[in-house]
Amino acid sequence: MAVTMAQAINQALADAMAKDERVLIFGEDVGKLGGVFRVTDGLQATYGEDRVFDTPLAESGIIGTAIGLAMYGYRPVPEMQFDGFTYPAFEQIVSHLAKMPNRSRGTVKLPVTIRIPFGGGIGAVEHHSESPEAYWAHTAGLKVMTPGTPEDGYSMMREAIEMDDPVVFLEPKRRYWMKTDAAMPVTTEPARDAVVRRAGTDVSVFCYGPMVRTALDAAEAAADEGWSIEVVDLRSLSPLDTDAIVASVERTGRAIVVHEAARNLGIGAEVAARIQERAFYHLEAPVLRATGFDTPYPPAKLEEFWLPDVDRILDLVERALAY
Amino acid sequence: MPRHDPTEPSGALEALTTMWTIRRFEEALEDLYSRGMLHGTNHLSIGQEAVAVGACGALEDGDFITSTHRGHGHSIAHGADPEPMFAELLGRETGYCGGRGGSMHIADVGSGNLGANGIVAGSMTLAVGAALSQRLLGSSAVVLCFFGDGAANEGSFHEALNLAAVWELPVVFLCENNQYGMSMASDLSTAGGSVAGRGAAYGLEGVRLDGNDVIAVAEGVATAAAAAREGRGPALLEAITYRYRGHSKSDRNLYRTQDEIEEWRTERDPIARFEARLLEEGRLDREAIDGARQTARERIRDAVKAAVQAPEPTVDVLEEAVYARR
Ligand SMILES: Cc1ncc(C[n+]2csc(CCOP(=O)(O)OP(=O)(O)O)c2C)c(N)n1
Ligand SMILES: [Mg+2]
Repeated sequence: MAVTMAQAINQALADAMAKDERVLIFGEDVGKLGGVFRVTDGLQATYGEDRVFDTPLAESGIIGTAIGLAMYGYRPVPEMQFDGFTYPAFEQIVSHLAKMPNRSRGTVKLPVTIRIPFGGGIGAVEHHSESPEAYWAHTAGLKVMTPGTPEDGYSMMREAIEMDDPVVFLEPKRRYWMKTDAAMPVTTEPARDAVVRRAGTDVSVFCYGPMVRTALDAAEAAADEGWSIEVVDLRSLSPLDTDAIVASVERTGRAIVVHEAARNLGIGAEVAARIQERAFYHLEAPVLRATGFDTPYPPAKLEEFWLPDVDRILDLVERALAY
Repeated sequence: MPRHDPTEPSGALEALTTMWTIRRFEEALEDLYSRGMLHGTNHLSIGQEAVAVGACGALEDGDFITSTHRGHGHSIAHGADPEPMFAELLGRETGYCGGRGGSMHIADVGSGNLGANGIVAGSMTLAVGAALSQRLLGSSAVVLCFFGDGAANEGSFHEALNLAAVWELPVVFLCENNQYGMSMASDLSTAGGSVAGRGAAYGLEGVRLDGNDVIAVAEGVATAAAAAREGRGPALLEAITYRYRGHSKSDRNLYRTQDEIEEWRTERDPIARFEARLLEEGRLDREAIDGARQTARERIRDAVKAAVQAPEPTVDVLEEAVYARR
């Protein structure tokens, strides 16, 4: 039976709760409603209102509560309903969640997994389509990861919950309905490892989350043109798997980074910097980026133009190959 | 003088027509949505018309409002034209924000509408700043700040009330308590049992109003606005009302019963109640009431017709206003 990304994450949450009673889930509308995207559907019915509970509207309070719980042994998995609603909690995440373990020289562990549906592509407006990953990746002390497949949705979520570090878990909302035939539970590569989703020899395309599918589609289309694309799914955005990035560039000599987030100081900038630091003499062409624009997220009508797509990736492939 | 007094025949007609305009506006959106012409989600205020109309009618020209994600009614009651509102929702060039804002961000700063807001409680502190600007400018304008029962649990609510109270600013904070914040019942989320009760913490009286009675809302807001205008500081009002439709498009209403919805619709509908009262007290006759409905229907039909023909924005406008131009 086919499983969607949303169902895979739901299953991961259920299995984590079954295995470890310290796992708690809370947030706005996660209980009775099962979440806006139904990712927590049925969990309250199974695990009870003490372990899966609705909170009032209070994002800052939700994250603060998670921190306090984590300090005394719980493994909270709070949900932020949409990417843009995370900002009222920014202070709690950046000033406390990210810093306390270091400040306590490791005696305080904060195994909090913040679930955030992120990214565009569903016809929603700003606050509901944001790609804030660079904010979190820029903050030392947070791990940031994002699955690009339902299998990773399951496996990376299990790993995130078991990790002793705070994790910002970014769920690509437009891929919630993406399906797999793989049976759950499934264990994929460790989250810290980037994974080659498709091997190729001409150009490396680095991507993550919602853009993995797009990059694979571009690679398929490129094959028709006779270009061999290697698609690398970064999976963990902090830390980045620099070795895997470098190894791929050593194979292909050309690199393109793809993300929905705005270009300025996005993950693409960091990937490009690491490539030129470590693989400079392997490069046949400058590292190129297909990204969102340096504007707020556009209205639905312009979304298709704004988001990187197969054509934009192929244009860059052609440019990289022209060197 | 308030813009219109619903206890006078002309004011009553104006209020009734506006309530119908809001309801027809929201129904037209449902229709556009089901025809695949609207993108994203939207939050309808059907059932809550008396709050928007009573409150905005009690303001004076030149006053300000801040709104919420459920803000179509607020804009219409404050005098917005339905045509550029539809155009905004349809993402057209002629919309109030050139199609850039959509349902949750309709704003018309020039007419004193600081805007709807996709962030719950996101407007509340802006109301404080707008009120301070008016005081510094020597104006006697008042800011009416709409917010939901759910918003009252965000930190911004408390910051805004405290700021407005310590600075004695002319803000009328009006909670539209429709008893739920998405799936969360407000009784379960509101410590202390009421939003109005929280006024005490800021030295404000805190008044509960029947939000389905347009006259009660108008009187409550008029009193609060008059005090604020005289320099007696902010007010906190809580209008009890009910939303008939789901929270947004995808709501399965799992958190409430169909009976509860039906009871509000049939027994306490703000428009039906107002019409019955007007007839009973002889302030408007049947013909005038039918006329109000008819006017609203035509206004909305014409507005939709014009808006769907408006041009779509082109991509070259994406970067035009990210930063100020010189
Ligand atoms: C900061 C923030 N958190 C969550 C949301 C998602 N959300 C939108 S409306 C809403 C419920 C708001 O309840 P209330 O203030 O009572 O307004 P109502 O929808 O009932 O009109 C929620 C949870 C949001 N838009 N912004
Ligand atoms: Mg509400």
